[in-house]
Formats: sequence, C-alpha cells, structure tokens
Amino acid sequence: MSCTRRAFLKDAVGGTLASALPLGAFTLLSQDEAKAAIAESTVRWAFLVDTTKCVGCGLCVKACKNENEIPYDAPVMRTWVERYVITNDGQAHIDSPMGGRDGYTSMPLREDGEEIDPDDVSKAFFVPKLCNQCDNPACVQVCPVGATYQTNDGVVLVDRDWCIGCGYCIMACPYGVRFFHPEHKVADKCNFCYHRISKGMPPACVECCSFGARRIANLKDPDDPVTKIITTERVAVLKDEYGTKPHVFYLGLDANVR
Amino acid sequence: MKWHVLRPLWVAIALVGAILVARVFVVPDDFGVHGRNFTYGYHRLSNIQEWQDFPVKYQGREGCVECHDENVAMLNGSVHSKVECENCHGPGIGHPDDVESLPLNTTRELCLRCHARLDLPNTDRGELVNIVDRRHKRRQACTRCHNPHDPAEDMR
Repeated sequence: MSCTRRAFLKDAVGGTLASALPLGAFTLLSQDEAKAAIAESTVRWAFLVDTTKCVGCGLCVKACKNENEIPYDAPVMRTWVERYVITNDGQAHIDSPMGGRDGYTSMPLREDGEEIDPDDVSKAFFVPKLCNQCDNPACVQVCPVGATYQTNDGVVLVDRDWCIGCGYCIMACPYGVRFFHPEHKVADKCNFCYHRISKGMPPACVECCSFGARRIANLKDPDDPVTKIITTERVAVLKDEYGTKPHVFYLGLDANVR
Repeated sequence: MKWHVLRPLWVAIALVGAILVARVFVVPDDFGVHGRNFTYGYHRLSNIQEWQDFPVKYQGREGCVECHDENVAMLNGSVHSKVECENCHGPGIGHPDDVESLPLNTTRELCLRCHARLDLPNTDRGELVNIVDRRHKRRQACTRCHNPHDPAEDMR
C-alpha cells in the first residue's frame, strides 16, 4: 500500500475540517455575555438573626404582613417568631400563636392548660424564622412550571402570573416557610422584601426590629458589617443536614430549635 | 380495512402538534434560563422587575423627620430611640397626601408587646421596664401617663 504526499495532505485537511464541524454548535461569547451567563453578581443577600436579642414583641411579623400585603387575620405569614420554653424536666414547650403577630404577653401553657411556673423554666428564648434563601433551594427544584426561581443575588422569588398553585414547593421546603396565598391563590414566601432591598432599604422586619435581632447582609461585600459577623463569628444555620445551604444565619441558636 | 389504532393515534399527534404551536404564542419571549442554571434559573425574566416594583409601605424615619422634626428629635433622644415611628403610627404609604390614612395605635396591647412581664431568662425581656398587666392601671391607655416619644420624662 502506498500513500502519496498529496493524498495524505488532502485527507489530513479534510479530516480536520470534518472533525471541527461540531464546533459550529458552540457560540462565542463576549466577556460581558460570559459574565452574565455565569450569573455574576456583586450582591448575595443573606440574613443574620441574633436570637439573644429578640424579646418577642412580634412587630416584625406585623410589619411583614402589612408591607407584603399578606391577609392580616389569615394564619399564614412570611416570617414568624417562635417561643421556646425549656422546663426543668428537659421538655421543650414551643408555641407561636398567629406566628407571634400580636407579641408574647403571657407565659405559655402546658398541654394540660396550666400556665408554666416561672420557677420551673430552665431556659427560654425566641427564634424568629423566615425564608432561608437557600443556595440549593428544594422548592425551586420541584416547581413543574418554572414559576419559582433564584435571582442572581440569591433571593428565591415566586412568579405570581406563572404559578399554577400545585403546592409542590410548599411540601418541598424543609423549613415550612412557603404557604398558599389565600387571595392570589399562588404559593408565597418571604423574599427578604425584594422590592425594598433592591432600592437600598432594609426589609420591613429589619426596619421595625427595635432590638437589632434581625439584620440583612450582602455576603459579597467584605466591608459589610453584618457580613463580617457572619464570616468571623460563630453562626449556625437551620437544618444543615438537608444540604440546602441556607443563608439565614443565627447567633445563639439552641439545640432545641428545629 | 382501516387499522383501528391509527385514528386515535392521529388525534394524539394532532393534539401534541396543537400544544407545540400554542406554546409558541402562550410562553412569553423572556422565558428561559436566566439564573445560574436550568434547575434554579428557569423563569420569566420580567418577573424580577415586577417584584422590584412592588409598593413600599414602611417609609422609615427619614420621611417623618421632614415635617415632624420636633417629635423625631425627642424620640431620638429618648430610650425609645430605636423604636420606629411606623411601629405605632402605621406604615407611612399615602401619608401626608391622605392624613387620615395613618392608623395611629395607642392601645395598651401595643405597649404590652415589649413591656408585659415575662419570666424568660435567656431574653432581654426582663431588662425592659415591665408591668404585670392585671396589676398596673388596668384597662387604661398607657399614653394617659407615659409619653411614648420620651417615656423617661415626667409623668403627664
């Protein structure tokens, strides 16, 4: 078998061109397009809850309901405050009437209807809860219609025009922060007051907290004072074992908190 | 003889075709992958703007000080300095165009949110001035004696 130089070169060039053909399927992006494609943002919203500062006034829950037009007397809320009372027998008594909307003004009741005796309390504290704006949001993965999604700055939003109200996301959220909006008939959830934070204002619950128990942070800004606390102090997240990478960080979280 | 399976098959194929055609018209142009990947970023792009345009109700103290500078100054110098105006006066949206729209709350229940005595040892609740509701001037408005803008000032 012989091979002339001409035939070899022809086959080599032809073969190279043929194998390069699939490259036509790729698009060449400019630098800006590439940045947009990998969702580069200078903002990653996160939240810091200092449970040691919360006194259970519930003004955050009230403000949230007013700000986000959540029916005031419906038992649904975007944020709520839980009260944990651990008695000397080690039992945890957890309550959150109407999400703590009207504040906590009396001692919690035992299961038998008796008020807990202050001398019997070993520890007691409040835990505000809200959407964790997870990095791996389970609620977004299960949406069958693309009505809920994560923005480039980390907030999970619900498209009210696109949601079909199937409720998969409400089931999927391990933190139970999603609910069915009784008026719009769609899934609803805390979005860190996206309309406020994108204007440079704090979320309504942060603004109305008189005790500094709630704070908002931009994790991509190393000079943000709240980011400094999150990155340098001992903070905890809820249900870490689910792998959702929640972005609401807690100071002073207790093992009884679920 | 016609094969009886074919007819429903044509119907099914026509249905799928109709759905594919309808999809072109129903799905908005800006629907697609806009976030970091298909799993988390498949959505209608204009919805982000719709959420950003949601009306802001709580305006913050900066809005109040423009007209009510005396009250704000008094509040800022008091132990209540960290209490937002709108916690008691209600969300400032629509004010001052519609003065009646501010639902001022002077009820005892509002004050009791922080000042009802609760024996919860791991909170700062005990460090706030607190009362036992049924033992302190029952059913009377707190504002009859206390000035919420400066609670430490002499009783009214």
